[in-house]
Amino acid sequence: MSLIKGETGEWEVVIGLEVHAQVSSNAKLFSGAATAFGAEPNAQVSFVDAAMPGMLPVINDYCVEQAVRTGLGLNAQINLRSVFDRKNYFYADLPAGYQISQYQQPIVGTGTIVLDMPDGSTREVGVTRLHLEMDAGKSLHDQDPRLTYVDLNRAGVALMEIVSEPDMRTSEEAGLYLKKLRSIVRYLGTCDGNMDEGSMRADVNVSVRKPGGELGTRCEIKNVNSMRFVQQAIEYEARRQIEVIEGGGAINQETRLFDSKQGTTRSMRSKEHAHDYRYFPDPDLLPLELDPAWVDNIRASLPELPDPKKARFMKEYGLSSYDAGVLVAEKDTGAYYEAVAKGRDAKLASNWVTGELFGRLNKAGTALADSPVSAAAVGELVDLIADNTISGRIAKDVFDAMFETGKGARAIVEEKGLKQITDTGAIETAIDQVIAANADKAEQVKAGKDALLGWFVGQVMKATGGKANPAKVNELLRAKLKG
Amino acid sequence: MAALTDLTLAAARDGLKKKSFSAKEIAEAHIKAVEGARALNAFITETPDKALAMAAQSDARIAKGEARPLDGIPLAIKDLFCTEGVLTTAASHILDGYKPQYESTVTSNLWRDGAVMVGKTNLDEFAMGSSNMTSYYGPVESPWRRQGDNRPLVPGGSSGGSAAAIAARLALGATGTDTGGSIRQPASFCGIVGLKPTYGRCSRWGIVAFASSLDQAGPFARDVRDTAILMRAMAGHDPKDSTSVDMEVPDFEATLDKGVKGLKIGIPKEYRVDGMPAEIEKLWNQGIEWLRAEGAEIREISLPHTKYALATYYIVAPAEASSNLARYDGVRFGLRVNGDSLDDMYERTRAAGFGAEVRRRVMIGAYVLSAGYYDAYYLKAQKVRALIARDFEQAFGQVDAILTPTAPSAAFAIGDKMDDPIAMYLNDVFTVPASLAGLPALSLPAGLSGDGLPLGLHLIGRAFDEATVLRAARTIEKAANFTARPGAAS
Repeated sequence: MSLIKGETGEWEVVIGLEVHAQVSSNAKLFSGAATAFGAEPNAQVSFVDAAMPGMLPVINDYCVEQAVRTGLGLNAQINLRSVFDRKNYFYADLPAGYQISQYQQPIVGTGTIVLDMPDGSTREVGVTRLHLEMDAGKSLHDQDPRLTYVDLNRAGVALMEIVSEPDMRTSEEAGLYLKKLRSIVRYLGTCDGNMDEGSMRADVNVSVRKPGGELGTRCEIKNVNSMRFVQQAIEYEARRQIEVIEGGGAINQETRLFDSKQGTTRSMRSKEHAHDYRYFPDPDLLPLELDPAWVDNIRASLPELPDPKKARFMKEYGLSSYDAGVLVAEKDTGAYYEAVAKGRDAKLASNWVTGELFGRLNKAGTALADSPVSAAAVGELVDLIADNTISGRIAKDVFDAMFETGKGARAIVEEKGLKQITDTGAIETAIDQVIAANADKAEQVKAGKDALLGWFVGQVMKATGGKANPAKVNELLRAKLKG
Repeated sequence: MAALTDLTLAAARDGLKKKSFSAKEIAEAHIKAVEGARALNAFITETPDKALAMAAQSDARIAKGEARPLDGIPLAIKDLFCTEGVLTTAASHILDGYKPQYESTVTSNLWRDGAVMVGKTNLDEFAMGSSNMTSYYGPVESPWRRQGDNRPLVPGGSSGGSAAAIAARLALGATGTDTGGSIRQPASFCGIVGLKPTYGRCSRWGIVAFASSLDQAGPFARDVRDTAILMRAMAGHDPKDSTSVDMEVPDFEATLDKGVKGLKIGIPKEYRVDGMPAEIEKLWNQGIEWLRAEGAEIREISLPHTKYALATYYIVAPAEASSNLARYDGVRFGLRVNGDSLDDMYERTRAAGFGAEVRRRVMIGAYVLSAGYYDAYYLKAQKVRALIARDFEQAFGQVDAILTPTAPSAAFAIGDKMDDPIAMYLNDVFTVPASLAGLPALSLPAGLSGDGLPLGLHLIGRAFDEATVLRAARTIEKAANFTARPGAAS
């Protein structure tokens, strides 16, 4: 637990997250309109989405399936009966004047998300519930000095609101929670987790208290749309609350907005001005009744999820918790790794994938799916190291060339003549030349100055263009100078 | 030509098939009748061109021997049904100029069967009312008058325009919608037949919503057979309405004349309300005797929660309405009154666009759903609603249908009861319980009041058993032999 130091001592931050995750579905939650990102404004709007008179919502079964799949992925209770409610409020981008959501009877109940802490330990965060609801449209205030424009493409798109328990204590944990949640929904294919396109957004609840004390009054920071902003918002908000309390003030329960340019939060509306949403069951929709067998079928079709996969990687491949965590964060990363590791030195494979490959991809801003180096190619490289065809140091050069050209490891080694020299005669020739050219230093070594031995190894390696087997060089040098 | 407007729907159907007359001739006769009866204000929009075009198509199909069940039958459509390219107002200022780009499922079903639209009928604004007095387009006059009294009377509501149009021979059938009695009460006031089917029997898709858990479309006609014919055409499962039920729609006409022998008819003692006019009670007793004489077994039953029905209805329906009507905000269609801010625009638009009764119900609805009041009003009303439905379930363990009066009085004069919303709401006292329970219920004319106005009897059936309701109605119809017609149509 990490605490924040204030003037009156240490403070504990209590954080809960409400994540809105857009359901991966071609059609909206209650209409057949398309959901693709980036369409022309109002090009994906049905009469239902525009709330034309007499239009009625019809539940999209696939979105229900996706919500259930997500619930199962969070090890959560699936409620076989859930109810859609109307949340009533007026806004120009909410055509019906109500949002269809789930209030008292959500489709998914309590579950758990396991955070992978940087020290390799884990920490559990409770999930309170997951419910389905429709998104609103988008108001564009910057198109005209006087008028607001409305784009209803998003209106009616299915969202899963995933609510956590107030179990997090640091902004880092909040970041890890989002990361893990994102990883799970991406594994499941239920949300693309794309925060840039608004597919995942978070409302952040923050309060502070003296360690072990009563929970403080919380503020909700609305609609934060990146992991970094979530962390910034928490840090700012926690310090603000501590300052207010230590200054003799009190925290008002309120909704706040995060200003990403300033890195600050500011009041949006107080509890007194909170909407009365007048929730009531939507009479246009029957309660959602799920067949247990249908739920079981979905359960049976779940992919291996990050947590069990991580455990398997640690057990099967002997990886550290940290390395395994990195490799399973994305489904395709895990698959890539397993393709490299299969039948090879798993630890070496992990080093190459998480170290060189990820490093290069990151630097190039390239996704793994677009990597110029395939898993088979990395496997070939690992093979060349394992059978002493090349040294680890040369391998890095080979990998760079593979990344640049897309050619195979063996082809590059052949082409550039990078094969490791293990032939004793050739290495001896090089050693003799180096000794002859540095007779004075050789004498010093012979006289007992072992520290210079390393320098000789370096010179021999240099003379062989790095291709000499370093172990062999060491062995032969010792024999000649110390023997 | 006048004779063509006086036909029953069934007779017109048979005559068209035999080519005794053409769809064009029937359409023209009705177009002329509609024009001649404008004083009634039964229509908001007349669609003569559309009627003639549809009639021409019917004639072409009839000529090829491909007649559909309703080919050439002129119908009046309550202006709560969205009709593609045709002004749809819900009798509200707020829908000014609104022409839907879609056709409601129920009207689509009717056009699929060959029916012809003569126009869109007047109604209480958003179907909120029992007199047709709340329409932005002005009240509808009933074609009926009291004997020796020429004051105009209300046709009932909310489907007042449709009921008046049928009584005045302006169409052979009409659509209505019924939320708490909006088909049955005007049918009773206008001396015609009106049927609210089981909730879920007709699709609500494309019908401007008032109270979603109660709204049902249903037919008006001048006799029970015509009502049965229309009911069959309007009904059916619609995947676009999650509350529509996937059940086969029977051929109601085929079983009409099976009689009531052996049927058990329930008489709920709680419907003998204080202050019920003697002539209503007399008619009710007469109805009981007619059914008994035809071999039905009469049983007194108890529906103990009846007394809470009206109060329950006036919480549930406004609650749903307050939410359903939120979409009329001036942003996307209909009336907009600009303001200094978004909220200002909402307030100005809705203040100008909604009439007093609609505003009243929206406010009541918002109130009963608001934090701190939800449990005391909305939630309690839902519980009582379940008890009312259970009363009926238990009753239907003993009987096959229930007979009551339709309304506590005959039609009243235009302008009466306008200052007392509660007195107006009492019109629905007999019709609301079946609405809350989602059961099929029908009103048919069974006699005249002392001053010569029609009075209706009301039959309630088991869920999805419209067939039995229609059978019992047909039996009463034969016995009652109601031949009176309004002055305006004689």
